[in-house]
Amino acid sequence: MNLPNNKIAVFRKEHFNAAHRIFNPSWDDKKNAEVFGKCSNPNYHGHNYELVVKVVGEPDPETGYVIDMKVLSVITKEEVLEKFDHKNLNLDTIYFRDLNPTAENIVTVIYDLLRKRIDPKLELQVRLYETERNFVEYPA
Amino acid sequence: MVYLTRVEHFNAAHRLFNPGWSKEQNEAVFGKCANENWHGHNYDLYVTIKRNPDPDTGFLFDVKKLSEIIKEHVIEKVDHRNLNIEVDFLAGKMCSTENLAIGIWQQLQPHLPAEAQLHCVKLYETPRIYVEYFG
Repeated sequence: MNLPNNKIAVFRKEHFNAAHRIFNPSWDDKKNAEVFGKCSNPNYHGHNYELVVKVVGEPDPETGYVIDMKVLSVITKEEVLEKFDHKNLNLDTIYFRDLNPTAENIVTVIYDLLRKRIDPKLELQVRLYETERNFVEYPA
Repeated sequence: MVYLTRVEHFNAAHRLFNPGWSKEQNEAVFGKCANENWHGHNYDLYVTIKRNPDPDTGFLFDVKKLSEIIKEHVIEKVDHRNLNIEVDFLAGKMCSTENLAIGIWQQLQPHLPAEAQLHCVKLYETPRIYVEYFG
């Protein structure tokens, strides 16, 4: 039986710049260099991160909106950009003190930050580009 | 005359900070770019040379060789680096995109043969911000 599906996906793109390094503090420098290569540079490197926030739901009959995109933009700015933009992810944020700031871990942190601000009846998916060619998505 | 461009890219950390100024003055001028713990970018580098095509090859210059010159003299020095503290050709200079483009020109110029005349170094710091240097 086919139920009518009125769900729409809406997307908001944002971007931020940040420094980071990938390293495991329980390993020595040699093993970190072997596993993470130049990404473990102790002096950090950085990226222009591109963020795509996807929200899925049925348009509200009164507004026609799945979610007010302006509201989604403000939530993303408050929860993500103000915390990550022009920051050192390892040193300037509370989220990566005990968590390696890989694209995989950054995207799950961003998902958790946004999820608590978005109506539970709406589905949320986050895509994060670390470079043009490397990007991750959560939930998969 | 034909213009030939090779595109390369690198990722790096930096900060905008004038050591001769106070912390307050740096923050007033450079804002969040002055963050003492650095931030970073994906840089896209466009190197353009100009010349009439060689009649024997039809090429301006072997583009593979151009790529190797850029990789050896620029990318290996800046990729996954901290531009303020790890890059010899930026030592003592402000780490702006403008100065980085000039520095890249100076890195490349001596290694290009006379026939491959450097025309432009175009450097994107973000998809929306770039500089061009014509020597």
